Amino acid sequence: MQTAPRMTPGRRAYVEVPADPQQTRNRILQAIAVAFIVAYPFLDLLFGWQALLAFIPMMLMITLALGLNIVVGYAGLLDLGYAAFYAIGAYAAAFFTSPNSPLARVLPGSPFAWMQDFWVAMIMAVLVSGFAGALLGAPTLRLRGDYLALVTLGFGEIVPRLIKNLEPWTKGVKGMNPIGRPYLFGCQFGVDPCEILGMKLKLGMIPYYYLTLVIGAISIFAIIRLRNSRLGRAWAAIRDDEIAAQGMGINPVTTKLWAFSLGASFSGATGAIFGAYLQTISPDQFEYSTSVIVLCMVILGGTGNIWGVMLGGLLIQSFDRIFAERLTGWIHKAGALTGDPTITAAFNSFDLLKSRLLVFGLCLVLIMNLRPQGILPNRKRRETALTDLPEEDLVPEESVLIAGADVPTEKPR
Amino acid sequence: MTASNDSSDVVLDVTGLTKRFGGLIAVDSVDFQVRRRQIVSLIGPNGAGKTTFFNMVAGQYEPSAGRVIFNGKALHGLRPHQITARGIGRTFQNIRLFTNETLLENVLVGMHSRLKSGPFASLLRLPSQRREENEAREKGMALLHLVRLDRYANEAAGNLPYGMQRRLEMARALASEPQLLLLDEPTAGMNPQETVNMIALIRRVRDAFGVAVLLIEHDMQVVMGLSERVTVLNYGQKIAEGTPLDVQRNDNVIEAYLGRRHKRPEDEAADGGTH
Amino acid sequence: MLTFEYFLQQLVTGLANGMLITLVAIGYTLVYGIVEIINFAHGDVFMLGAFSSVTTLQALGAQAVKRVANKDQSPIPETYLWLLIALVTSMVFCATLNVLIERLAYRRLRRGSRMAPLISAIGVSFILQNVGIYWKGVSPVNFPRYIPQIDLVKAMGIDSFVRVTTKDVFVLIVTVPLVIALTLFIQRTKLGKAMRATAQDRDAAQLMGIDTNRTIALTFLLGGALAGAAGLVSGLYNNTAGFQMGFSYGLNSFTAAVLGGIGNLNGAMLGGVFIGILAAMSDGYLDARWTPVVIFGTLNLVLIIRPSGILGQDLAERA
Repeated sequence: MQTAPRMTPGRRAYVEVPADPQQTRNRILQAIAVAFIVAYPFLDLLFGWQALLAFIPMMLMITLALGLNIVVGYAGLLDLGYAAFYAIGAYAAAFFTSPNSPLARVLPGSPFAWMQDFWVAMIMAVLVSGFAGALLGAPTLRLRGDYLALVTLGFGEIVPRLIKNLEPWTKGVKGMNPIGRPYLFGCQFGVDPCEILGMKLKLGMIPYYYLTLVIGAISIFAIIRLRNSRLGRAWAAIRDDEIAAQGMGINPVTTKLWAFSLGASFSGATGAIFGAYLQTISPDQFEYSTSVIVLCMVILGGTGNIWGVMLGGLLIQSFDRIFAERLTGWIHKAGALTGDPTITAAFNSFDLLKSRLLVFGLCLVLIMNLRPQGILPNRKRRETALTDLPEEDLVPEESVLIAGADVPTEKPR
Repeated sequence: MTASNDSSDVVLDVTGLTKRFGGLIAVDSVDFQVRRRQIVSLIGPNGAGKTTFFNMVAGQYEPSAGRVIFNGKALHGLRPHQITARGIGRTFQNIRLFTNETLLENVLVGMHSRLKSGPFASLLRLPSQRREENEAREKGMALLHLVRLDRYANEAAGNLPYGMQRRLEMARALASEPQLLLLDEPTAGMNPQETVNMIALIRRVRDAFGVAVLLIEHDMQVVMGLSERVTVLNYGQKIAEGTPLDVQRNDNVIEAYLGRRHKRPEDEAADGGTH
Repeated sequence: MLTFEYFLQQLVTGLANGMLITLVAIGYTLVYGIVEIINFAHGDVFMLGAFSSVTTLQALGAQAVKRVANKDQSPIPETYLWLLIALVTSMVFCATLNVLIERLAYRRLRRGSRMAPLISAIGVSFILQNVGIYWKGVSPVNFPRYIPQIDLVKAMGIDSFVRVTTKDVFVLIVTVPLVIALTLFIQRTKLGKAMRATAQDRDAAQLMGIDTNRTIALTFLLGGALAGAAGLVSGLYNNTAGFQMGFSYGLNSFTAAVLGGIGNLNGAMLGGVFIGILAAMSDGYLDARWTPVVIFGTLNLVLIIRPSGILGQDLAERA
């Protein structure tokens, strides 16, 4: 992700940053992956894979993990209640757009009727979640890491319970439904048939796929830019050594607050789309286990590396939504093949879908103990030692100092 | 920055600085000054309060009493990051680099308080932000070249051997454009050749950037070869101050380092026995 | 309904529950005091302690089950022996489990960041919950009613709505001596001294010839044993045990430990009783569905306002 500073012709060679040899190979892999993902809905139709409906929530969860990665991976703050912000985003969007929400009694006909538009509601969801993040973060971010984790855990427990208990507004455990749908060219997502330019189309859930994809792409784009900015470097500094970071002029509280707030706002957009896609949201979708699964995605792939997080997300989500079921089926079949009734029964009692949390738990313990940096670590440790320059070259000669001096500090007096 | 208008050219002016930890007085009403472009050493036996003094100047500790005036303004109540922004850069006794970040990123972090782009400018990559980033990277590379680490700009800082890490820390501190550089044992753990190079580097940095340098050192070769003034702390109190030569001859200092000069009776008896 | 007697009733329930919370909270506080790890799986160890107690009691007491079926509430002498066996088994089981967890999931992570052991602990907590599900299923299991519920206030001839039953007394009879024994162990014995030394400065303790690995294992052992005892007692007190009780009890106890000042033994007791009473009051005067909100709200408020707790030293400052 390192963008080399531009070399101006005639400048001294020291401005050049050596190119990363891995970059070219990564580019090619990325291009192939992008092409596949963009074409996926058509491939799915063509080959009859029927996994589109699994892919949409999968991609939403991965986007969610990318948002959490800002908090956990970049700023090094353990957030165990991330699902709460997700819930806040989803409920915010539902509040604006659902005919069952208390706002539906107030907004229509008022000057604020435009807020009921899905796209507006989605932006509101982003803002509300980001604000919630700042609100929780402001008093708590001076706390030490493990204490902060518990505050977020407490917050993550309180939010769904409040949603459950505040039934008159939130509809409690029954949940909110229906929820306003996104639309484009006068065509509502997920409603068939749909007429665009006089053509009647049956698109099914394909529009949601692309919406998710676009939001995911924007997120990746934004996160990379943030990571390579002044703020992104400050996050990394705070994560690595808070005291040294302060010594470098970084305000730890505002830096963390940005991480918390931006991380939360990503979950706002995701929550809004998730609600619209499912057309119903209820508090049990946003419990502690959701937070831990998203955390697991971040940690498995490689904390702090967005490609790692996407890989981790892909692995966990495809296990959760596709393979757990199929693997269980295979195990049951393998049990039946033995012909022995007791073995068959033993194999049949095995259900990966029921033990998904066991798998995630094992995953967390094993990663932390065996490969804490995740599958794709943020940065590789070097095997061989770096060598210094020969002694006589180490002391800067006068000319360099003068060349350097006009750049960094010399103040006019 | 208003040095020429200022009547004095004192950059750091400390009066009565005191730090108590419970019953222990780590630093006991120390008065202390550093002038522009001056290299000053703070020495003293282990536990004399040198690092505590540093941490108070850098804002890591709140002084129990006394005040620190930097460039004519009191630093009282400022957080460490605000003090860095005012123009005090520092290194740490036990190197504290951002080990997962590249060398260049480490230096760029050092520039934090001199850069302005906020998150939204970075998200949109506004022209002003791009210009600032490019300039910062060029400055960063220049600083890395200064400490002779530019060829490892993209390496993770944690991969550097010890001596090079010390140099990187120096470049990172310089990146904040300090007017006063606090160096906490810059040659600790270095071999004699590395030490000589570090002395030369510090002196040349001072000459080129016009910074004042305040360093804590144990190595007397460094202290005597580099500093223009030396202050000696013992049990939190200032016991001597002056040029390296003055301090070397000072009785209090010799006593603090070598123990009391008068001999104990049994030593005298032993001496008598040999003669 | 809002009478003083009602208030007293909630106080009695709260006190009994508070003592159970204390037993679990001590496990958190001991471990945190010595290795600064939040043993997030501790609540689940407690849950498995309750499960192991059910298993033991069921295995021992087919006869008692019959008596329960006949609604015969008179105590039979053997039951006391069985209870003792179940108590010891559960304590040994949980102690072993806790030591194993420390060995497998935390020991390697001691020196790293604070986040790593906490994440590992969350993983262990999930694993233990699933073990619980495999063991006893998803729905809560009924505990044999070994402790007769006799209202002592009425038995004394006082006419009152307040009920102090033999069950409440039973909780105190088991928990108070355990807490006292633990305090004495830590204050008076050589091993307890080693624990305190290790808690203060692990490296220095090691230099003084203390086997810190063994001392830390001992800490987990003691915490586990108390959780095992709490598992049995809470099962007998509430007559039910489910795989999710570890999470909720665990968080209550953790809140108690933080409230009292984590790392501080007396703080855990104080916090435990306070949280027990707070929960009972919230159950009684608000509604049970608000209790978790009240507890978590308390946890967050304590962490924000005074992270060091009532009796703790200022841990937020200790880097």
